[in-house]
Amino acid sequence: MRKILFGLCAALILSGCSANWGWYVVNPATPAGLSNLQFLLSGLYYTVLLSFTAIAISIVVGLLIALPGLSSKKSLRSMNRVYVEAVRAVPILVLILWVYYGMPQMTGLAISVFWAGVIALALSDSAFEAEIFRAGIQSINRGQYEAAHSIALSYSDTMRFVILPQAIRRILPALGNQLVYMLKMSSLVSVIGMQELTRKANELVVTEYRPLEIYTILVLEYLVLILIVSAMVRWLERRMQANEYQ
Amino acid sequence: MQASETPPIIKIDQVSKFFGEFQALKDVSLDVRLGEKVVVCGPSGSGKSTLIRCINHLEHHEAGTIVVDGIELDGGRKSLNAIRSKVGMVFQQFNLFPHLTVLDNLMLGPVRARKMSKSDARDLAMHYLGRVHIPEQAEKFPKQLSGGQQQRVAIARSLCMEPRIMLFDEPTSALDPEMINEVLDVMAELAASGMTMICVTHEMGFAKRVADQMVFMDHGEMVEAADPETFFSAPESARCRDFLEKILHH
Repeated sequence: MRKILFGLCAALILSGCSANWGWYVVNPATPAGLSNLQFLLSGLYYTVLLSFTAIAISIVVGLLIALPGLSSKKSLRSMNRVYVEAVRAVPILVLILWVYYGMPQMTGLAISVFWAGVIALALSDSAFEAEIFRAGIQSINRGQYEAAHSIALSYSDTMRFVILPQAIRRILPALGNQLVYMLKMSSLVSVIGMQELTRKANELVVTEYRPLEIYTILVLEYLVLILIVSAMVRWLERRMQANEYQ
Repeated sequence: MQASETPPIIKIDQVSKFFGEFQALKDVSLDVRLGEKVVVCGPSGSGKSTLIRCINHLEHHEAGTIVVDGIELDGGRKSLNAIRSKVGMVFQQFNLFPHLTVLDNLMLGPVRARKMSKSDARDLAMHYLGRVHIPEQAEKFPKQLSGGQQQRVAIARSLCMEPRIMLFDEPTSALDPEMINEVLDVMAELAASGMTMICVTHEMGFAKRVADQMVFMDHGEMVEAADPETFFSAPESARCRDFLEKILHH
């Protein structure tokens, strides 16, 4: 990981020395460059806030969608199927446009760019979360349910104290994947004017005419952000593993 | 003991159970009195596990009646909840909760299902861990224990619900030979304390030690039911004789 980063930085610096690059546009040593850089980094707040809010919502919704999918009743299972198949079939960009431009016409309520983004991302991701939860819960041995049954636990207590803690441990890598995916997909919300990383970069490109440097910075911003998040997920995984075996 | 003087705490009458086309139980009837110890044996696939799984409703029987401590198991929620807390069950594969410590495994039922306070539940859990002789393992996780210790934890977990009846589904079949006795000893102590028990097991030494009633099953039928003396010395059916022959002299 460190080697990759190092190599990437070295390549950038080397190529930056050639005449084709104009790093002055984001050179923190000059007042104009510094303010450009600050402008680009200011998008970080919304990218992170949007992604984490959306994933938090999609995990809850995903779990609520997953549970009927595990029922022995066929009607409940088909409700789960319909939701998952329908939501999964809509591209995220289309969903963003529909929620922002379409939904206000239908409901008569105006919606902020931020919440339109959150709703679209959370909705789209919830179908995937539902499938992840279903797989995780199904992977738990039947004996765990029977043991919970034999000590008279209710359905919700069985889920809460016995099944989900074990299932979440198993699906943590997949949940981490979804979080990374969400951070990347949040860039699509720039099309409705959300002031996140990609939007900021686009706006700066329009005024400075230096797409190469500015989009390179954008790439690095996502790269660093996602490497940090990945490290956090791995740390969490290790901690949970340690808990079980000690 | 004069078993016939007390009314049955479990009354199984003409129970049948199907898995699709396959009939796992055929008109099985059995009465178990308070404090009685019943040992059920038979070849694999004979329906003995299915029978005891029907008693705490892990399986649903299609015909006949099962009455446990005055409550008929009719498949309804109410009877189900009432019976589950009266009947404890110990599984072949232990089925401990791997993400919880031994103590938390034991406290979960009392705290969540019996609505006890945490400190009362802890005292109760430590009491029963003492009964199965492993109070020093309270803070460990199941995977850190041997199979025999895990099964004793599972027994203690059931006892923490203070059930009136304990069911054992081949409790020593998944254990290494040297650990079988420590589990059987705990079960024998439990039997001596007066617990009503139904044990599915092939441990005939244990059966001779504790059983009041022996049951032999084959192909979903209850082929023979007798007191242990008659059962071991003069089994009536050829199938039962054949089975005993095989497991007693191997």
